[in-house]
Amino acid sequence: MSLTVNGLQVYYRTLKGEVKALDGVSFSVRDGEILGLAGESGCGKTTLGKSLIRMDGRMRHAGGTVELDGERLPIADDARMNPYRFHKVSLIPQYSMSAMNPTRKIGKMVGELLRSRGVKLDRADLEARLAQVELPREVLDRYPIELSGGMKQRMVMVISTLLNPSLLVADEITSALDVSTQKAVARALAGFRDTGFVKSMIFITHDISLTYQIADSIMIMYAGKLAEKAPARTIVTAPRHPYTRMLIDSLPEVGVRYGDKKLSGIPGSPPSLLDPPTGCRFRDRCPLAFDKCAEEPPALEVEPDHFVACWKA
Amino acid sequence: MTVLDTALPPSPPTVRREALYFALRNGKLLVGLGVITVFLATGLLGPMLVAASPNDYVGLPMQPPSSEHWFGTNTFGQDIFVQFVHGLRTTFAVGVLGGGLAAIIGMVVGFVAGYRGGLVDEVLNMLTNIILVIPTLAVLLIINAYLGIRSVGVQALFIGLTSWPWAARAIRAQTFSLRSREFVDLARLSGARAWKIIVREIAPNMSSYLFMTFILLFGGSILIASSLDFIGLGPTEGVSLGLMLQNAHQWSALHLGLWWWFIPPGAGITAVVGALYVANVGLDEVFNPKLRET
Amino acid sequence: MLRLDGVTKVYKVGAFGGKTMTAVDRVSFDVGIGEVVSLIGESGSGKSTIGRMILGLVPSTAGSITFDGVAVKPGKAYYRNVQGVFQDPFSSYNPVFKADRVFQMIRQEYFPGVADWDERVEAALAAVRLSPGQVLHKFPHQLSGGQLQRLLIARALLLDIKLLVADEITSMLDASTRIDVLNLLADLKSRGLGVLYITHDLSLGNYLAERTVVLRRGAVVEMGLTDLVFGGPLHPYTRQLLSAVPRLHAAWEDADPVDTCLYHDKGGSGGLLEAEPGHFVACAALPGCRGAAVSPASPSG
Repeated sequence: MSLTVNGLQVYYRTLKGEVKALDGVSFSVRDGEILGLAGESGCGKTTLGKSLIRMDGRMRHAGGTVELDGERLPIADDARMNPYRFHKVSLIPQYSMSAMNPTRKIGKMVGELLRSRGVKLDRADLEARLAQVELPREVLDRYPIELSGGMKQRMVMVISTLLNPSLLVADEITSALDVSTQKAVARALAGFRDTGFVKSMIFITHDISLTYQIADSIMIMYAGKLAEKAPARTIVTAPRHPYTRMLIDSLPEVGVRYGDKKLSGIPGSPPSLLDPPTGCRFRDRCPLAFDKCAEEPPALEVEPDHFVACWKA
Repeated sequence: MTVLDTALPPSPPTVRREALYFALRNGKLLVGLGVITVFLATGLLGPMLVAASPNDYVGLPMQPPSSEHWFGTNTFGQDIFVQFVHGLRTTFAVGVLGGGLAAIIGMVVGFVAGYRGGLVDEVLNMLTNIILVIPTLAVLLIINAYLGIRSVGVQALFIGLTSWPWAARAIRAQTFSLRSREFVDLARLSGARAWKIIVREIAPNMSSYLFMTFILLFGGSILIASSLDFIGLGPTEGVSLGLMLQNAHQWSALHLGLWWWFIPPGAGITAVVGALYVANVGLDEVFNPKLRET
Repeated sequence: MLRLDGVTKVYKVGAFGGKTMTAVDRVSFDVGIGEVVSLIGESGSGKSTIGRMILGLVPSTAGSITFDGVAVKPGKAYYRNVQGVFQDPFSSYNPVFKADRVFQMIRQEYFPGVADWDERVEAALAAVRLSPGQVLHKFPHQLSGGQLQRLLIARALLLDIKLLVADEITSMLDASTRIDVLNLLADLKSRGLGVLYITHDLSLGNYLAERTVVLRRGAVVEMGLTDLVFGGPLHPYTRQLLSAVPRLHAAWEDADPVDTCLYHDKGGSGGLLEAEPGHFVACAALPGCRGAAVSPASPSG
């Protein structure tokens, strides 16, 4: 097991109280596995990604553990996390397109960054990695502004994986890109895993069809909790959690027409995480809800590698 | 607030309520506003409470502060406290009039240039830049020297007419970015006229910004007025903190050791302007979530 | 109803406007009564500029945009018939005010002193399946993105419009609410409303529209009945786009090699050929133009 997360709770401090953005999530990622993390806005997927790397000032680690390659990550301690960042676990943030210093040439910036981590830049290795994502080596002599969105995104991907981290977290990195660029970036990510630059990966997105293309398994989150986790094909073809089912059914595909097959969304909206309801959090929107749902359903392994948090599963 | 508002369940704090929450917890803002309020009250109420007029000769000359003359008397036997409270009033008047006028011109120019864009923007921008690079103080010196300034109002007018350009530029930049927001497009699709969109859609979004602009212009006007007064180009009628400083300087108060003559007006100007800037920094922290201490 | 004829938008760029950039290049299409037309393009394709020109928010450089045969002139008379909804629901509301102020603005400008205003608002809200208690008297940040977008559609319905320009209105919504807003747009058809649905998402455009216009770098490369354009794409760019769309039940295939094209890109001459009834494609000459070099849209965008 590359990554094991156990009962992780991360809360946000706000004016109105603590938002329980991540409320007891357990899962694991194998060596060489790409885990697609999907869910709607506010389900806690970005919080999960961030808490594996760096908590910002408003986040509080309220419980649970994170183990990477058998070592426990001190996620609540910013200073003690430092040796792990880049070396063991790395993040490509949501707005990484603007994460590069506009006044530095890219090559120089990469050198400085590595030096700050106490590593010397291996130019040949860097160029090999650029080639892997189909970037010409000339980009190193350019300023970030001279690169297109997709190129910047791939540049950041190269930078964040230079030290061959064990785990890479990619947070919504394709959502601002055009479809053809999106495809190239997603494939480059899978390529990183195939060549061993990263051992395993968490690919966070709201787009299930996209994550299906590159992920080995998909985890669906809802309102700060795990709803379902299964191999990618199972999630798409045989989902067990009613939320997953409704979510998949609401996705229009090329070939599906309004006139032929009217899709429908999920009525209602997710509960407020300031004061989340007891029991199953999807209960209010769930057509299958019954009395038992007032109790919180545990995430059970209903078949090998298939976890569902639902009493009806 | 309508009945419906109060009938709502306890809603999360709105933008305004949130600002108030932080305002009441911001030390800089409270201290700044407190100092300004004290001085403003002194300037407003003081002249009514002291019987003498500022240029009356009320006692022995060159008396240090005493229970009778709180700030002492000057070389002519005029009461410095009386002068101080009247001077404060004048100083605030110059600040409000000069700063207010500059704020109004700056807003009109900034809003129109930022919202209209194109040729209108270029012309207004050129005008703004011209005024901006003119050495304001020199021009004021020349105008003052030739026309002479009789009253506080005229002085405020001159200050107002020359100190608006940076405000116009800042407001123009803000308007520019707000103009491309979609709610402005929707207002246009509602058929609303340009001035209505500016006043009702754009301005409310930068009300805090406009308020801070006014505060800075207010403080700036006081400083400029005091400088003009001090170099002898102040109003010939009445009394202001700057004129007091000028008199003290002219009659060698420093050499004669009459510290009570120049310290009150000097400290007054410094305190008012300083408090305005501190309050401004506080306001910035209140309105700008990034600057808030967590 | 709405007709664009050779519409072009050229922006001046650079200091002193020395250079020009053609954002929209001789685009012609039309939207009929009760018809949903989707305008599909990637970023920089000029799709939003076209929407803004139709709404009169930016002037066109050349060509004509007519509504019911009359040249478009921004103003109250036109906006009674044509309205828009934009991409970002949170940016569409003035954050300082309550969300239902968008209704009050309509009332002030168009219906001052209408007695049954509240009933009209309720009817419009019912049409977008919102209940007044849910959404009225609230600030934008208290409502969800889907609710906000539906409020804006309701605002347009208050005016009894004939055409709605919907510019990427679902791209910031979650999957579970997105489809409801789309269905709503489709339902507007039954009210005789035309909808121009601008999107980058091919599957959404495909779901909704009877006709599809595919844009690339400001010019139309292919357009026609949605079934034909998506079922048998002719232009290599359209085929490449379709192959890049992630699908739920099929893995990404590699795109047809784009250089073996049936029709070659004329570089935006605006000329379209009718390849089959109701299906147009940009091409110089219909038969015998195989192998002409087509610059593929590089993945770097």
